[in-house]
Amino acid sequence: MTGELAIQIRDLKKNYGDVEVLKGVDLNVERGTMLALLGPNGAGKTTVVKILSTLAGPSSGSVTVNGYDVVRQRDGVRRSIGLVSQFVALDWMHTGRENLIMLGRLHHLSVANAKVRAQQLLEQFDLVEAGDKQVKGYSGGMKRRLDLAASLLVTPPILYLDEPTTGLDPRSRATMWAAIKQLLAAGTTILLTTQYLEEADQLADKIAVIDGGRIIAEGTAAELKQGVGKERVELVLASGGDFNRARQVIEGDGLQHDEDTRTISLVVDGAAHVKRLLDTLENKGLEIESLSLTKPTLDDVFFALTRRGNEPTNQSTDDNHDEEVGAAL
Amino acid sequence: MTATLGADGIVLPEKRSALYWAVSDTRVLIGRHVHHLTRSPDQIFTAIMLPAVMLLMFRFMFGGAIDVGGTTYINYLMAGILVISVTMISVSTTLAVQSDMQEGVVDRFRAIAMLDSAVITGHIVAAVIRGLIALTVMVGLGFAVGFRPSGSIGDWLLTLGMLVLFAFSLAWVAAVLGLVAKSVDGASGLGLILMFSPYASTAFVQADTLPDGLRQFVEYQPVTQVVDTVRALLLDQPVAASGWPALIWWVAILCVAYPLATRLYRKRFV
Ligand SMILES: Nc1ncnc2c1ncn2[C@@H]1O[C@H](COP(=O)(O)OP(=O)(O)OP(=O)(O)O)[C@@H](O)[C@H]1O
Ligand SMILES: [Mg+2]
Repeated sequence: MTGELAIQIRDLKKNYGDVEVLKGVDLNVERGTMLALLGPNGAGKTTVVKILSTLAGPSSGSVTVNGYDVVRQRDGVRRSIGLVSQFVALDWMHTGRENLIMLGRLHHLSVANAKVRAQQLLEQFDLVEAGDKQVKGYSGGMKRRLDLAASLLVTPPILYLDEPTTGLDPRSRATMWAAIKQLLAAGTTILLTTQYLEEADQLADKIAVIDGGRIIAEGTAAELKQGVGKERVELVLASGGDFNRARQVIEGDGLQHDEDTRTISLVVDGAAHVKRLLDTLENKGLEIESLSLTKPTLDDVFFALTRRGNEPTNQSTDDNHDEEVGAAL
Repeated sequence: MTATLGADGIVLPEKRSALYWAVSDTRVLIGRHVHHLTRSPDQIFTAIMLPAVMLLMFRFMFGGAIDVGGTTYINYLMAGILVISVTMISVSTTLAVQSDMQEGVVDRFRAIAMLDSAVITGHIVAAVIRGLIALTVMVGLGFAVGFRPSGSIGDWLLTLGMLVLFAFSLAWVAAVLGLVAKSVDGASGLGLILMFSPYASTAFVQADTLPDGLRQFVEYQPVTQVVDTVRALLLDQPVAASGWPALIWWVAILCVAYPLATRLYRKRFV
């Protein structure tokens, strides 16, 4: 048995024909915690989830889930997990309720209990009204919620969420996040994949960054962001004159000007720094039209991570990072 | 007790024997397809159309021109029409299995600790049910346009048994093709094999009117055995000559297709 580890992945490799999709992944998830697997399209996130769910077999390496080996003890693994896969996994000809009852029975609830449980979950996920309509007419958010509900018919100790919020509007995303937080609070071990650093940041205890079939960094959100640089502030001055004078007084890392849009942007270190900037402008009688803060994006994380080791000092990393952002703007 | 289901935040599966759940899983997945059938009855309508049109066409347009000796052409034709109804249904089974494998819900089934084979069994039983509906419609239509069989009740029961075995075995073959097909087009292509199998049989013409080579193939192929058996039963003729080969053929086909389909399903995503 693996003791405290809910998921243990050792040197996992996966080939599809000649294509090496996973090139030696090592990953641990402790019980009752949430790990976010963060990576861009094609990184191998879904492949990891499929192997962890027994939907695909590893080419080599060892993978245990809840103490069960994914190759030799499939049923043990299947009894331990709930899966919300990347693409909706429901019978679209059935209604939401019919899906839940059917899947409840396949999870080995009695007919009566499957019905009760379906009703409970429809209520919990705000689907009572839609419950008796065919799934093919559901919105993306409704399908996602039903998908999550279907993964909770019997309480799984371990839950996989493969990009559960991709394509959702901010409100549905917030609902989904709240549901996920609740599950975590109830002691469920969660493995979440996402392309959004913000999502990983909001929810996860630990983040593993995967790219090209390898884990390229692992740590808490704070640890990862250290390598990325800080937030940037973007100030739009009220007039051309103000812009020109502001140029003279504002200094800082990664400073950038754009005369056409009267915009000045630079790296900031927390709210106090922003306040100091605003005070400076006010003291000089300069007026700003708008102010915005941008957080490091996934691109920035990758950029920073892949540069690690090549660039010894923080300063130069930041500079390069700024150029990249400047180019992207 | 149901009122407090999951009250402690934890819902657990019920403890019953493996056999109980194997039967339950299979029933649930058969129910899934029966439900699909009631939701979109058009699936079966298209499969019935072709043999129905054929029955009418052959009966009224060519019927007079084809001499089958000893009985009316409609009486001769009916066995072939029944067999074609079953093969048409099996084409829809191939397509249904192929498209189901592309659906996410099958991934969900596979990630549940349930009886794997129930997913395919659901398709098979649904195919047999669709087949029985199609056969009933065809027999009714046949009677309406002059089909007058001379078999006894026992012959009818044997006919039913033969056609159900045929539908069941062929459904497993159809499932294999659906599992092998990589795309909808692939599935349609493979389905053509099933669709055309009765045309190279004695469904419409007697084998001895055919040229050498083709004649031998037609005489010995498994679909011909079914057509001849059903015809012999319906027209109260001696049945043994085709009955035993038909039985052996289709049981043998089942013995290959069933494990193959189950294996293909398990291996499919690895
Ligand atoms: N069945 C398969 N056969 C061949 N290649 C595959 C197969 N499944 C995945 N791949 C390849 O493996 C790589 C990783 O795919 P995977 O779906 O795991 O990425 P992902 O991180 O989930 O991406 P996304 O964010 O787009 O969902 C991709 O390059 C993909 O093309
Ligand atoms: Mg993916």
